[in-house]
Amino acid sequence: MLEELTFGFPILSLLLFLPLMGAMVLWLLEEDDLIKNAALAVSGAELILALVVLLRFLPDSAAMQFSERLPWIPPLGISYHLAVDGISVLFVGLTAFLTVLVVLYSWDTVRHQIKAYFMALLALETTIIGIFVSIDLILFFVFWELMLIPSYFLIKLWGSGVERQYAALKYVLYTLMGSVFMLVGIVLLNLNYHAWAVTHHVEPTYTFDFLQLLTVPIPHDKQVLIFWLIFLGLAFKAPIVPFHTWLPDVLMEGPIGMAVVLAGIKLGTYGFMRFSLPLLPEASKSQGVMKVMMVLALAAIVYGAIVAFIQPDLRRLLAFSSISHLGFVVLGVFALNFQGLQGSLLTMINLGFSTTGLFFLAGFLYTRRHSTHLSAFGGIAKQVPLLATYFLIIGLASIGLPGTNGFVGEFLILLGAFKAHWIYGAVGVSGVILGAAYLLWYYERAMFGPLGQGLGHALADLRARELVIAVSLSVMIFWIGLYPSPFLRIMNGSVQALVERLERGTVAAGTGEQTPVLAHRAHQNVLGGRAQ
Amino acid sequence: MFDLLVILIPALPLVAVLLNGLLGNRFSHDAAHRLACGSVGLSFLSAILVFAQTLRTGVVREVMVYRWIFGGDLTVNLAFLIDPLTCIMLLVVTGVGFLIHLYSIGYMHGEEGFTRFFTYMNLFMVSMLLLVMGNNYLVLFIGWEGVGLCSYLLIGYYYGRVSAAKAATKAFVVNRIGDAGFLLAIFLVFVNFNTLDYTQVFAQAGQLSTSMATAITLCLLIGAVGKSAQIPLYTWLPDAMEGPTPVSALIHAATMVTAGVYMVVRNHVLYDMAPVAMTTVAWVGGGTALFAATIGLVQTDIKRVLAYSTVSQLGYMFLACGIGAYTAAIFHLMTHAFFKALLFLSAGSVIHALAGEQDIRKMGGLRRKIPWTHGLFLVGTLAIAGIFPLAGFWSKDEIMAHAFTHGYYVLYVMAAIGAFLTAFYMFRLTYLTFYGQSRVDHHVAEHIHESPGIMIGPLVVLAVLSVVGGFPGVPPESGWFHHFLHPVAAAAGEEPAHGAGVGLLTMLMVIATLIALLGWGLAHYLYSVRPDAAQQWAARAPQVYTTLLNKYYVDEFYDLVVVEPTKRLGLLWDWFDRSVIDALVLGVGRMTQSGSALSTAFEKYVIYGLINVLGYGNHRAARSWRKLQTGKVHHYAAIIVAGLFILVHLILVWWTGSSGVGVALK
Repeated sequence: MLEELTFGFPILSLLLFLPLMGAMVLWLLEEDDLIKNAALAVSGAELILALVVLLRFLPDSAAMQFSERLPWIPPLGISYHLAVDGISVLFVGLTAFLTVLVVLYSWDTVRHQIKAYFMALLALETTIIGIFVSIDLILFFVFWELMLIPSYFLIKLWGSGVERQYAALKYVLYTLMGSVFMLVGIVLLNLNYHAWAVTHHVEPTYTFDFLQLLTVPIPHDKQVLIFWLIFLGLAFKAPIVPFHTWLPDVLMEGPIGMAVVLAGIKLGTYGFMRFSLPLLPEASKSQGVMKVMMVLALAAIVYGAIVAFIQPDLRRLLAFSSISHLGFVVLGVFALNFQGLQGSLLTMINLGFSTTGLFFLAGFLYTRRHSTHLSAFGGIAKQVPLLATYFLIIGLASIGLPGTNGFVGEFLILLGAFKAHWIYGAVGVSGVILGAAYLLWYYERAMFGPLGQGLGHALADLRARELVIAVSLSVMIFWIGLYPSPFLRIMNGSVQALVERLERGTVAAGTGEQTPVLAHRAHQNVLGGRAQ
Repeated sequence: MFDLLVILIPALPLVAVLLNGLLGNRFSHDAAHRLACGSVGLSFLSAILVFAQTLRTGVVREVMVYRWIFGGDLTVNLAFLIDPLTCIMLLVVTGVGFLIHLYSIGYMHGEEGFTRFFTYMNLFMVSMLLLVMGNNYLVLFIGWEGVGLCSYLLIGYYYGRVSAAKAATKAFVVNRIGDAGFLLAIFLVFVNFNTLDYTQVFAQAGQLSTSMATAITLCLLIGAVGKSAQIPLYTWLPDAMEGPTPVSALIHAATMVTAGVYMVVRNHVLYDMAPVAMTTVAWVGGGTALFAATIGLVQTDIKRVLAYSTVSQLGYMFLACGIGAYTAAIFHLMTHAFFKALLFLSAGSVIHALAGEQDIRKMGGLRRKIPWTHGLFLVGTLAIAGIFPLAGFWSKDEIMAHAFTHGYYVLYVMAAIGAFLTAFYMFRLTYLTFYGQSRVDHHVAEHIHESPGIMIGPLVVLAVLSVVGGFPGVPPESGWFHHFLHPVAAAAGEEPAHGAGVGLLTMLMVIATLIALLGWGLAHYLYSVRPDAAQQWAARAPQVYTTLLNKYYVDEFYDLVVVEPTKRLGLLWDWFDRSVIDALVLGVGRMTQSGSALSTAFEKYVIYGLINVLGYGNHRAARSWRKLQTGKVHHYAAIIVAGLFILVHLILVWWTGSSGVGVALK
């Protein structure tokens, strides 16, 4: 549906494969500068395409937009089905945006095997975009797994730490392990559909299509089983405490570019909103699941923040800060109400600007001192005022200061959690205090005070490319913080549909109609959306 | 037109922030401060016009700017509420703010980061204005945290100093504790009323149960206690004196710290429904008023004495709120803004004259060298001590009289003792600074000079206000001030004119004056007549003296019970996190050797066991994870895959067996 948005042009396919095609073009090039420029051009073109999608996207709608659907393996019901809705479309834009920044960052910080690096980066972009635009679960899973290949090489070959090989392997093995369970869950969804289709004489009898899977009821105990299977896949990737131990290693040992992608693009928690909640609404809202998830979320918030508090190394601090923030996201998702879901979705996007911003800044510091450890800094604000200023701006967004994007998301999450049960909100609020404490304490020791010992030679302030990164992130931070309307409108329709889906559950859906909830709202809102 | 004026009030300083912030390094200092002061001046003019309009029509107006956060049942607008309470706050904030901006031109002259200073000051104005103008809790909260940020930035203005950097972080984090409480209050409000707009909330307040009203107001109080530096979250304010003196005057005396008082008064409809919360507010206020005053007795840093006096005076405002004297609280807020700004700025003038010296033990005899500053400081001292008929007398007397006539005798006595102590330590400060023998360093003494006109001018205005600022509130409880604020700040069922007899009120005024004079007299005796007596007194009770000097060791106590345990916990958990990884890397063998404690067992059986259960079976056979990358990858991968395969198979068997679709699989 809604192909008319692009006059039948398969824009999502183009969006999906453009970076990969770009990577192939890079392969043919020899000169380093040419390769860099080509990589920038490709990622830039991708960003423009993503912006076209965002601009053509109908806000206040729950509809799946820009759909493309071709059969892939018909006997098993696997199809090449791409589409975006209010839940996924912003991630597409975010991915394209961050890739451009990573290309800029890598410009002169990656010094060896330049061609391979940018090829891997662009390939990674394709797989991540694939994760966000896939509606078919197998297709989704394929991209989910494919992502590991460029990631592995990026960490292993261009990592900054001595343990990068170990980190790369650890990342891959952890994620793979979770994925296997997720695959089982996906297969079980298919089998459930099949059983229903056979008894109701519906063709085709096999499907992995998300929208079709939504149309059949799933018994409660099966839902719970499938939920936990998929949970494992998502929890390792997210990562959720206690499945998080790969993250600090990868963020410490891997290249900054990879850290930006892993910490900024919240694939795991996206999966909960995209698949777990709508496909398994009864399980999601069952007390057992919800309580466990909320406790995991709160544990992550507090645990991450307190461990971050004492970290002397910025990247490790940010790793635990990420874990803490992910706790917030999970908290909002499993509040299962409008504000919680909306806040989580917005926060996932927000972290793509704030946490990544801090990682970029860690990268800037690393470029100057070959370390992000406190011992390499102290009192440098005077030498690098611009860097210090942007560090503070982005840091405050990460803390969730009103006026920045972080606040809007965090406020909505905590409000949603509070509505679910006051104790969730009350414990979650502690993260607000701890977040300020760990970040400002690091900032104080790194930036303020007298110039650190043995820091004789002066540091250079932000260079032009670095400034572009910092400024563009700051612009996004204030835009979402002060005038989030466009972003909220994009997501509101889908969030509303998700809330309704959670209320009605799958049992009501067992009437054989195609996507009753989503399709209905979609139609309604398309008309409404056009009128505005 | 009116709407535009209202929007201009915060918009003008905002424009100045953007211009100075983005292009400031290309501006000359003159351009930067003209922009900064001009914008605040114009903002003040707009505030006057808005105030005049409100005074003339008496209409409460709401001005919508745009829809900020929305979705589902939540809609939060960036919108302003203009009522008498807001008008008073606007005048105080922009008026005093403007004077302090002017003063700063002189005070900050030649300082590094001049433009940065004015950018932060203007940003502070924007935040404070949003705080007092917002028509809902969330806009208030933008300002609420915004002023906290500016306070952070300005305390850390001299960021090269470790003490300044530490004080800045401390201020922000302690404020955040209060902010967290405030957030909880916002959530409670939304859950109960489904809106965050004041007008709708207060209109529906009647349906609230007492316990819910108590919960909301106590959470609000946590926020107020943080921002307004009351017990137990007051510790950041004295440290905040690390900032430049105009900052101390504007933020840590005249405006920001009064935000808590404003917020309580704004929510008085809810407080009126919650007697328990009211009592708490009153006792927090009374306790702080007395407690901070005792610390103020012995401090030796001119700004710290003023800081503790600020904490103490804010305590009076909370006390007033707690006994339902909301108008009196705002009245004292206003007069305090005048005389405390005056005191801080003239203290700044002293510091300026002494090239940065803040220790009163190294002052003395400055009366003749800087006569203007002396005169102005004396006016401030008289006003804060509550000497008739200066501003502080009327507002403080009103609070105390209200406490007495409404039967809060214990609180009255606390306030009275506090007033005595206030008069004492303020005159102690005056005597030590301006009278007696000079104890000034020789090098410094040669260069003592009176401050320039740009600094003295605003001080004169503030001094005049400190003298006459109390008259709008005369006669007590039925002055113009009370009638103007009555629609928004009167406790339920309260009439502006109170029934207490004139005789009683007069008597209370006389008592208040006597108390102040007593404090003055004692200070005169100890620091002017018998300069050595003070030291003898201190020597006679050394423990009391050291306890006071060390501020009752509250900072140390917080460090011990909050900061240190958090660090320890962080270290413990970090070790835990790492040792799990270590265990995975280096194998179980080493793990069991290295650790025998409970934690090791926990790692082994819980975390490691979990990983084990999830598919990394056979870990006992594994010497190390590291081997995975040194040759045995295939071996392990095969085990993992086999294990998973079996697991998947089992799940599928279970599934197909119990759901009856096994046939379909075949």
